[in-house]
Amino acid sequence: MTSATAHRDHPETAAEFVANDARAHWHDQSLWFVRARRDKASQTLPEWEELRERASKVKLHTMSRMADYLEQFERNAIALGAQVHWARTPAEHNEIVLGIIQKHNATRVVKSKSMLTEECHLNPFLERNGVVVTDTDLGEWIVQLRNEPPSHIVMPAIHIKKEEIGELFHDLLGTEKGATDPPYLVNAARQKLREQFLNAEIGLTGVNFAIAETGGFVVCTNEGNADLGVSLPKVHIACMGIEKIIPKAADLGYFLRLLGRSATGQPITTYSSHFHGPRPGGELHIILVDNGRSNILASPEFRRSLNCIRCGACMNTCPVYRRSGGHSYSTTVPGPIGSILAPTRDAQEHASLPFACSLCGSCTDVCPVKIDLHNQLLTWRRELALKFLVPFDKRLGMSLAAAVFARPWLYRVGGAIARRVFPWLPRMLVYNRWNPWGRQRELPEMPAQSFRALYARRKRNHKVPSDQKPASR
Amino acid sequence: MTISARDSILGSIRRHLPEAAERPGHDGPWIQYPDPLSQFASVLEAIGGRCVRVKDVAEINQDLATFPVYAAARMMVSLVPGAGRSVREMANVADPHELADVDLAILPGDFAVAENAAVWVTDAAVKHRVIYFLSQHLALVVSAGQVVHNLHEAYARLTFDAARFGAFIAGPSKTADIEQSLVIGAHGPRSMTVYLME
Repeated sequence: MTSATAHRDHPETAAEFVANDARAHWHDQSLWFVRARRDKASQTLPEWEELRERASKVKLHTMSRMADYLEQFERNAIALGAQVHWARTPAEHNEIVLGIIQKHNATRVVKSKSMLTEECHLNPFLERNGVVVTDTDLGEWIVQLRNEPPSHIVMPAIHIKKEEIGELFHDLLGTEKGATDPPYLVNAARQKLREQFLNAEIGLTGVNFAIAETGGFVVCTNEGNADLGVSLPKVHIACMGIEKIIPKAADLGYFLRLLGRSATGQPITTYSSHFHGPRPGGELHIILVDNGRSNILASPEFRRSLNCIRCGACMNTCPVYRRSGGHSYSTTVPGPIGSILAPTRDAQEHASLPFACSLCGSCTDVCPVKIDLHNQLLTWRRELALKFLVPFDKRLGMSLAAAVFARPWLYRVGGAIARRVFPWLPRMLVYNRWNPWGRQRELPEMPAQSFRALYARRKRNHKVPSDQKPASR
Repeated sequence: MTISARDSILGSIRRHLPEAAERPGHDGPWIQYPDPLSQFASVLEAIGGRCVRVKDVAEINQDLATFPVYAAARMMVSLVPGAGRSVREMANVADPHELADVDLAILPGDFAVAENAAVWVTDAAVKHRVIYFLSQHLALVVSAGQVVHNLHEAYARLTFDAARFGAFIAGPSKTADIEQSLVIGAHGPRSMTVYLME
């Protein structure tokens, strides 16, 4: 998987994506279309803001009693006949999954979408151990066949064109050469994946919400692949991050109303399945995974990021994500929320992500659980600067700017010189590697006068009568 | 002795618990529709399903007679007495894999939600829950008196004491994973009909 290769910073990976201008625009448009659908869906409910408020409060309350709720969930799940496992790290999680598979002498696993197992790199681990894992969400399956990670948490194959999928299916499934018709391609996948469902020995799913009060959990899909995957084989393994816990089943009223509408503009996902204990004669294993989440809980600045219900709305609206693609973030969860979560795991490796943000605040506006995303990204920048994890050129630029802004006379003199000198400078002196801003764009023309001079002249020419002056507060 | 993952995780959480925050109640200004049945029908149509208002089982059969899927279906399961034909008796199906060739399943739904056109189903009545997902086509029969306005009302009537599996199903299986083109019939049923019966 590419996510396991050497790490590169966001500006570098994004530059590759934007090099194909037409494709970058197509990607931008695709996601904007989904964002527009979200807006329309949210407007069908006058209580939308109230829902966001409640959902956020439920999550904050849950965090304040997280350990109690997890214990309550465990107790109730066991009472229903499920087996509950705990894992601190991806390695522990993967070993538990493998152990269950090996206990059943199984080799064929069907899997529905789970960002947690992506985070743990479960697939390559199982494959190394002789297990055949099939991702059954169509988008996940397409990226699995291409041997690459998903580029979006809800639409894993949003970066791929139908021509490429047609080519892929022709090679692997024997579909007609050159066929790009989505219904035709979906039907071919349906036939192939039905075989996988019917032959699977174990079904693996993620968890959207786990209910402390009942010991059950909910999995949401549009394709029904999670349900097919765990209703045919006898063994169901459900993998969840500990932040998926909610107190009561009735709280789902908030989350399920928000999730589908925020993700794709649907009034609810097609299938919202509630699992309580194993099916008759079957086995249910639930794996609770920490992997750094309890550390995020400890941080007052970033703990709200645990509110996230993985709807992807922040990605769909983010002007940077839409124009740089999910893979440019080199993380399991990309986009605004991913840029907050990733540095909590490894600040050094992901130091470039909080800067992949224009601070426009659109993510915060659409977030159904009211995560203050852009504020947290700004906070991350400060933390990274304190940790000296900001690149030298950016640090130098910042301290120069700070020095100038602290001295109005220097700003004035500097501006006056720049206005006269810049137009005469050779291009290579302005557009070089020290000016990343000028890589894709031209600097604006230097104005003849400074804002300060314009303002002073305006004040001289239009003496504002004192009764029209704005009242001072 | 090494500490277990469970104790280590719970310990780490307890060391870092944020300050107490109140849990909001469930009452609220949740949407009400002047005609929840027609709201249900129009949302279901919008998400690719089909809603048919019927007076009784006889009218279900009348509709089925005009439904091409029904005419073409070779293998059928009906768990709604009198509705359609049941070619395979669920009671005789030992293993869920035997249901792989079912073309149409006619099954009861507990109740429906006007806001999002979801129908609540459980595995209590059907023996093998996979029937909801494996059939090529699905028809659910819901009493017209059992349509609630919104999801909050739905959860207010749900208890999970006995239920082992329950699901909200809203429309046919679908995907938009190929260039955002909506395709009905991904893995599960290619169509979904809801009979709202007086």
